Amino acid sequence: MDAIILQILNGLDKGSAYALIALGLTLIFGTLGVVNFAHGALFMIGAFCAVTLSRILTLSHTIIDETQKDFLGNPLKVEVPYVHDLFGQATGDAIIDWAVPLSVLFAIPIMILVGVVMERGLIKHFYKRPHADQILVTFGLAIVLQEVIKYFYGANPIPTPAPAAFKGSLDFGAMLGFDPNLIIYPYWRIIYFGFAAVIIGGVFAFLQFTTFGMVVRAGMADRETVGLLGINIDKRFTIMFGIAAAVAGLAGVMYTPINSPNYHMGMDFLVLSFVVVVVGGMGSLPGAVLAGFLLGVLESFASMREVIDIIPGINQIIIYLVAIIILLTRPRGLMGRKGVMED
Amino acid sequence: MFNLNKKDLSLLIIVAVLTLFAPFILNPFPAGSAMAQFNAGYPDLMQRFVIFGIFAIGFNILFGLTGYLSFGHAAFLGVGSYAAVWMFKLLSMNVIPAILLAVIVSGLFSLLIGFVSLRRSGIYFSILTLAFAQMMFALAYSVLTPITGGETGLQLALNDPRILGVSQTAEGNIPVPGLFGLEMRDSADLVIGGWVFTFNVGYYFCALVLLASFYLSIRIFRSPFGMMLRAVKSNQQRMNYTGLNTRPYTLAAFVISGMYAGLAGGLMASMDPLAGAERMQWTASGEVVLMTILGGAGTLIGPVLGAGFIKYFENIFSKINDNVLHSWFSFLPDGLEDAVVFIIHPFIGKGWHLTLGILFMLVVIFLPGGLVEGGQRIRGWLKNRKTKDNGSASHETNPAE
Repeated sequence: MDAIILQILNGLDKGSAYALIALGLTLIFGTLGVVNFAHGALFMIGAFCAVTLSRILTLSHTIIDETQKDFLGNPLKVEVPYVHDLFGQATGDAIIDWAVPLSVLFAIPIMILVGVVMERGLIKHFYKRPHADQILVTFGLAIVLQEVIKYFYGANPIPTPAPAAFKGSLDFGAMLGFDPNLIIYPYWRIIYFGFAAVIIGGVFAFLQFTTFGMVVRAGMADRETVGLLGINIDKRFTIMFGIAAAVAGLAGVMYTPINSPNYHMGMDFLVLSFVVVVVGGMGSLPGAVLAGFLLGVLESFASMREVIDIIPGINQIIIYLVAIIILLTRPRGLMGRKGVMED
Repeated sequence: MFNLNKKDLSLLIIVAVLTLFAPFILNPFPAGSAMAQFNAGYPDLMQRFVIFGIFAIGFNILFGLTGYLSFGHAAFLGVGSYAAVWMFKLLSMNVIPAILLAVIVSGLFSLLIGFVSLRRSGIYFSILTLAFAQMMFALAYSVLTPITGGETGLQLALNDPRILGVSQTAEGNIPVPGLFGLEMRDSADLVIGGWVFTFNVGYYFCALVLLASFYLSIRIFRSPFGMMLRAVKSNQQRMNYTGLNTRPYTLAAFVISGMYAGLAGGLMASMDPLAGAERMQWTASGEVVLMTILGGAGTLIGPVLGAGFIKYFENIFSKINDNVLHSWFSFLPDGLEDAVVFIIHPFIGKGWHLTLGILFMLVVIFLPGGLVEGGQRIRGWLKNRKTKDNGSASHETNPAE
């Protein structure tokens, strides 16, 4: 029982990342009808927003500290971050410590901008071209973005720790009445899950309860008619692209303390996210979220020792296996609508 | 000749001349000169040209003709490599049985995967092939280590039980792959003045295989079967309405292109007898897609051009470094020289993938037909200019039209 709870918890944080990326992918697909292979790159750019912000915050200048001497008796040179000058030592340290959560605020405008530029600059010209062309051009874009990041940040993973307050783990088992230390769960993963839930809830609420969201949903259902009603649907879809980019970016920002970001993390997640979208059903937002969590949890169950002993290697292939089975038995995915991508 | 029309025959002859004289064509600069780094006429690289050419030709039979975009073709190449290396380990160092087994095994795999994946089309087909390929990659990397060698890859060893051959040579080395006594790595150097031309047995073997596969692909393109595949691409629904089941045709195309990939994999293992799982990763599948698109999908010569182009520039670009750039632009004033080198720097050496990505995007955006379409456009433009000159002259003579 405790092992099962542990695996469900373990699956949730990966599932959150899958769900967030798949949600963004589906938003783009459902609104613009574009298959975006560069979505993983957006996830990665988000993660590097966090890296960039923490670098900006730790920008320092050198001063000579007369009170401290090195072993030769010379005054010691000390690196002082600019934030210390601006906010004082204690506040400055706190700001540096909280770089990752602060990056969320930093990443939102950047990601929306990146998304809008991408849509207006490139994807717009591909609406009328076949899906294969869309896949190819966004695939090329993903390579370019990835290489640009590699050029500026190097090929090695860059550790970006969570704030000190969230280090350590929660003894979840003890709370449920199991023995202590049976189910321990890092605080940051709880935060990540909560964050994902808030973002997903936010996107759904935005689509469901605002006029803007209503127009977008109407556009997803029948673009032409909405256009005929005199609504500039293209502009709204562009904004949705920006929002989808922001969702992927935020997933990346918050994921940095779990996995140190490197330039190919986007590609690694992209393949899986596509599988998630297809399993959930092309164009279905709840399907994407459901499939994301489902596959995340399944993956973590498959990596249990007991399961691997029965079927070796199952943890490596479970997601693809499930995808194949679902695609062949339920061609539209778990919650796919009729008439979407059925050629 | 060969049952080809004049145009195809000349195309085949061009490819034959290009591949057979490649050691000359790719080595235009004397060995010691500053431009020698643009020479690509060494065996290793030439082998890669033709092997990836075969891979891309095969991929084109599927993607170019039927429009089914497979993102998992590298898996068949990997399977072919593994099969060939196993043949070397168990049977003999002759490349013929190794390549035969590679083709057969990859054919079986593609039959199985194609049978399942081709039940869907469009993006779903891409995802399905991707999923299968990733599954095979993950398995080869982890659980199947006894068969695939896992992370280190599958290599020959001194104690391999080679039934029709020796486990080790008289000197105690691992024997090298060969063809009835001709070793694949044997080469002969021809020195003419400052030029050094290398003729490699392995390369010529691959080149002959390339010609055979190219000929086969021409025949497929021109056959009723090829016509059927093109019909699938242009309107599968209408085909189905006419009461025709397209599945056997697409499946045949898938298996043929899988066998081509296996052939390429077998050749790769014959040139260098080891096989690794990284050959099956989806980025490798992406590479063959890039080659086909860059050259021109659906054209005969396109994939070969694309493969040669990518492999050549990959090799050349990664060799150029800042020092080379400085020596090129040394005629510029110092400040300007540094600025130019600084601008070009991200695109060379390790930045080759950036250049490739940008190039690929440009091709997809502006030249969906790839290099071949580019060539046609240039030719059309030249012809237009010529006819315009003629046209203005003839316009005055007979205005009655």
